[in-house]
Amino acid sequence: MDTILQFLSTYGGEMLYKTWEHLYISVVAALLGILIAVPLGVALTRFPKGAEVVMGILGIIQTFPSFAILAFFIPLLGVGKTPAIIALFFYSVLPILRNTYTGVNGVQKSLLEAGRGMGMTGWERIRYVEVPLAIPVIMAGIRLSTVYLIGWATLASFIGGGGLGDYIFSGLNLYQPEFIIVGAVPVTLLALLTDLLLGKVEGWVTPKGMKKMREAA
Amino acid sequence: MLKFDHVSKVYKGGKRAVHDLNLEIAKGEFICIIGPSGCGKTTTMKMINRLIEPTEGAISINGVDIMKSDPVTLRREIGYVIQQIGLFPHMTIQENISLVLKLLKVPENKRRARARELLSLVDMTPDYLELYPHELSGGQQQRIGVLRALAADQPLILMDEPFGALDPITRESLQEEFKKLQRKLEKTIVFVTHDMDEALKLADRIVIMKDGQIVQCDTPDEILRNPANEFVEEFIGKDRLVQARPNIQTVEQIMSPNPITITGDRSLSEAIQLMKQHRVDSLLVVDEMKILQGVIDVEIIDQKRKKASLVRDVVEAEVFTVDKETLVRDTVRKILKMGMKYVPVVDDKHRLVGIVTRASLVDIVYDSIWGVDELTKIG
Repeated sequence: MDTILQFLSTYGGEMLYKTWEHLYISVVAALLGILIAVPLGVALTRFPKGAEVVMGILGIIQTFPSFAILAFFIPLLGVGKTPAIIALFFYSVLPILRNTYTGVNGVQKSLLEAGRGMGMTGWERIRYVEVPLAIPVIMAGIRLSTVYLIGWATLASFIGGGGLGDYIFSGLNLYQPEFIIVGAVPVTLLALLTDLLLGKVEGWVTPKGMKKMREAA
Repeated sequence: MLKFDHVSKVYKGGKRAVHDLNLEIAKGEFICIIGPSGCGKTTTMKMINRLIEPTEGAISINGVDIMKSDPVTLRREIGYVIQQIGLFPHMTIQENISLVLKLLKVPENKRRARARELLSLVDMTPDYLELYPHELSGGQQQRIGVLRALAADQPLILMDEPFGALDPITRESLQEEFKKLQRKLEKTIVFVTHDMDEALKLADRIVIMKDGQIVQCDTPDEILRNPANEFVEEFIGKDRLVQARPNIQTVEQIMSPNPITITGDRSLSEAIQLMKQHRVDSLLVVDEMKILQGVIDVEIIDQKRKKASLVRDVVEAEVFTVDKETLVRDTVRKILKMGMKYVPVVDDKHRLVGIVTRASLVDIVYDSIWGVDELTKIG
């Protein structure tokens, strides 16, 4: 315990910075994932056959070891934060994409017919009907994906991306367990806090009518 | 206002859903399309707002070919109500009702006012505006579903078995409410149903379809009385034909055979005396052969007594009559709908044989209610 306190007094400022770096890498990767996966997920519901293929491919990518992906990007993008973010982005896409696809597909067909019959354009159906109704499912995907990313962002350190992974790897290399602990504990806390925060966000963005309906049910 | 001209729909794979359909629907008409499942009734309806596009032929609304208008614009001009109601669960009642207006970029305050106004049409208070669909009963939800189709004051409304999912009591009351609403707002309705009772109750004309073709298209009375073929007969159902039977009797059977008459050569004062004696306000004018000449009533006499003295000079020759062979059902409708006090009954030579009055109708209603009841008691 003493060693940890001593460590904190020495490295406190640096730790804050590393935590920030860590958060930055994971959040940017997650945002990129949302930006790509949500529209793609909605688009895929229009092409159910293509959807199977795309999700199959992404499923396979997901099984690649994360180290392999990170290493793969070094010759292409070099080292640093950017390749780390891009590699992590690949991992964030699938859960968000799958949930968006499932969520939008799960919207009652009768509602879509009503919307179409009333004269909604394709875009208006997405904007006013499909996405609002799929929000809880999409958000669950985003939450899951972001929490995973915070864990995986540890590996960014491996290609010079920085973050709390630096401590863990130093600890492993130098046989200094306190380094591992000061790396791992903030990562865990970060993940838990993010999950909590995104849970709140999910509450804010879920349409009021749906929340009331779930309460009633 | 709506016209189908040799319209066919062939689905991929060659299934002919609708085959060479011709139909013309007038403004303000309530049309029910009915038939067994797979007969093409829903396809026919959905072709009107291009949810399904016809393969051959043309559909025109007020003379404009629908294929020439933009489908989105077209649909916003046509109300659409579906069986599953299809209210958006994440929108308030107000948002649901005024959604088409939102699509049409009508400002928020106008949308709100319109929603309020529409809600009052179905006797719902503005308190409902802020509620969500799941907080309403099924019947209330479908009322909102109907209002949503009225929001932009669309002249034409398509309804796909709108009351099919409701319990019988709610359905009944919604049907009545809706029929009243339709008369009041003079909407043209195309209503798909598989429930014959519903069609008989609501429709001005019923279109019976089978295998993508129209088997019969007529008024409910005409269909009950003269089913085009065995299919229609079976579809209407034997019991409905039997039920209809007490109504299917001729006027001759229910008329009073001795109306008060006068001949044209009598004087007006004699006419007045006759009226006073029989306590009536009008007399049927006949000649010696009992051929109906017309009618006089106390008002005509009052207006013209200074200029004329004989009945034949003031007789009102335009009289609505019925043939003694006419069915009671039709006469009843005419008396009730046109607000007539009586209808003279004539034979094929226009000889007066009797009269149907509102009192005769009371007898029929009495018989049909109490008469049947007594029979069941005995049985």
